Amino acid sequence: MKRPAGLAWLRGRSAVIGVPYAWLLVFFLLPFLVVAKISVSEMETTTISDIVTWKDGAIAFNVKFGNYLLLLSDDLYFKTYVSSLKYAAVTTLLCLVIGYPFAYFMARTRRTVQPALLMLVMLPFWTSFLLRVYAWKALLTEHGLIADAIEAVGFDRLLAAAGLIPGPGQLMNTPFSLVLGMTYTYLPFMILPLYSNLAKMDLRLLEAASDLGATAWTAFWTVTVPLSRAGIIAGTMLVFIPCVGEYVIPELLGGPQTQMIGRTLWDEFFSNNDWPMACSVAVAMILLVIVPIAVFSRYQAEATERAT
Amino acid sequence: MNAAAWNRAFARAWLVLGYAFLYVPIVALVVYSFNDSPVANLWRGFTLKWYVALASDQELLAGLALSLQVALSTACAAIVLGTLAAFAMTRYRRFFGSTLFAGMIAAPLVMPEVIIGLSLLLMLVSLQRATEAAFGFGFPERGMLTIWLGHLLLGMAYATVVVRARLQTLNPQLEEAAMDLGARPWQVFWLVTLPMIGQALLSAFLLTFTLSLDDVVLSAFLSGPGATTMPLVIFSRARLGLNPSVNAVATIIIAIVAVGVVVASFIMARGERRRAEDIAAANRALTESTP
Repeated sequence: MKRPAGLAWLRGRSAVIGVPYAWLLVFFLLPFLVVAKISVSEMETTTISDIVTWKDGAIAFNVKFGNYLLLLSDDLYFKTYVSSLKYAAVTTLLCLVIGYPFAYFMARTRRTVQPALLMLVMLPFWTSFLLRVYAWKALLTEHGLIADAIEAVGFDRLLAAAGLIPGPGQLMNTPFSLVLGMTYTYLPFMILPLYSNLAKMDLRLLEAASDLGATAWTAFWTVTVPLSRAGIIAGTMLVFIPCVGEYVIPELLGGPQTQMIGRTLWDEFFSNNDWPMACSVAVAMILLVIVPIAVFSRYQAEATERAT
Repeated sequence: MNAAAWNRAFARAWLVLGYAFLYVPIVALVVYSFNDSPVANLWRGFTLKWYVALASDQELLAGLALSLQVALSTACAAIVLGTLAAFAMTRYRRFFGSTLFAGMIAAPLVMPEVIIGLSLLLMLVSLQRATEAAFGFGFPERGMLTIWLGHLLLGMAYATVVVRARLQTLNPQLEEAAMDLGARPWQVFWLVTLPMIGQALLSAFLLTFTLSLDDVVLSAFLSGPGATTMPLVIFSRARLGLNPSVNAVATIIIAIVAVGVVVASFIMARGERRRAEDIAAANRALTESTP
């Protein structure tokens, strides 16, 4: 791009980069440092102790790792972390199993109907997420529409046998209702990146594969799936990472046996008023999701590079 | 039936079932809003009484007013910051700390909201305490301003993604041509770039508006006494159990969204066609004039 001479350009450039950059540093990055600081502080009745104090002409450090030790030693916290990861992983897998064929078939329908199909996937996005989760509550409680359907075909006995619900007919506030709600909510996040990836695929590659003697099935696994890797990664991250820390769905559809870490953080903060503990839980959660987020950010950057 | 027909039937069935999964809860919400029974899942005849009750539901109406204000100001600020960020990422690409910048844009899209809400709140509380100690009054108070800051953080990330996707498809030569013809950088932006990304700005505006209108977790952390947004009211009722007033609100929202999305996509499709023709014409003119 051509650069007009003079300082005006420089001013424009530094403003365009500087304003959003500074904003993100102050309101996104700085808060994490505050959280990290508070997580090693102590609660002093209503205020939080300073970790660095000036006492008798010397700097005194007052760093407490007690919260982290509690996180590691207390079985309850550890179990909550593991079960959050488990529910997020199961949800991601279900979204992929339902969403991949869905996106694939969408991308292979006639070009003229594809915009309408895409719009139908995006439309639920625009209606409140909270209300759609709430809707499942009515569908799954006793005599709800879906609950009756599930009981009519005897699927609830299967779920009870698998240990996902405590007994036939008890569908709400169970691991089943939680995973169902999360799969439902996050399914479009899986479908959209997969669709945009599969719709762009060069179909001549599949023709080449079949010319070389591959069956449709082989061609799918050796050509289509590897080529859609970027879409799979994006979709998986978009589902998995928010699911780990999900709060609203476990609160509305989960039960006593489905503790998730987002709820623990919420309770530490709002019910127990233990800010340092809530911060430690948050830091531990950040450590869990930082690697997936880095992968996601890398992928996004790569997608940008390719498109330009 | 032969194999190809089987495949087609399977594909169609999968799509139909998938859409049913996505839409059954929404349809159920709407149907039960007309149910004449306080027990939301037993059908007992048609009624409009829940809608009538909404008109005098002060808690919900106050929440709605606050939510709309927050959503409008979030959307306006988010498209400004998002456009700047998208420009920085597509036009300058490599600059000092650009990896961190890209990370900070991508992270809010996936970061669990409880983390964002908690950390932003604690930062703002620290700020408030510091200003109280220094000047005698605490700033910012928890309320509309702090909710707005939280929503803006999320909205900006989404707006950046939408605007960036659009900027990437633009031909940079059009802007260069305008500069060669003597336009100042701000003139290039207002007269050439902005009309070309107008559609993306509109989608970003609508997206951030709905995100803000829908948010529960950030609002719960950042709201103060007397600042309860509509989703917070709905959430506290939904937590206690089924409540027909929630269904009535849901139906109204769904109706507005359905009409809005259809109208917006119609207008956008028309505008997009015209814009595409203009851009194509400009590109043709460019290639013809270059020897």
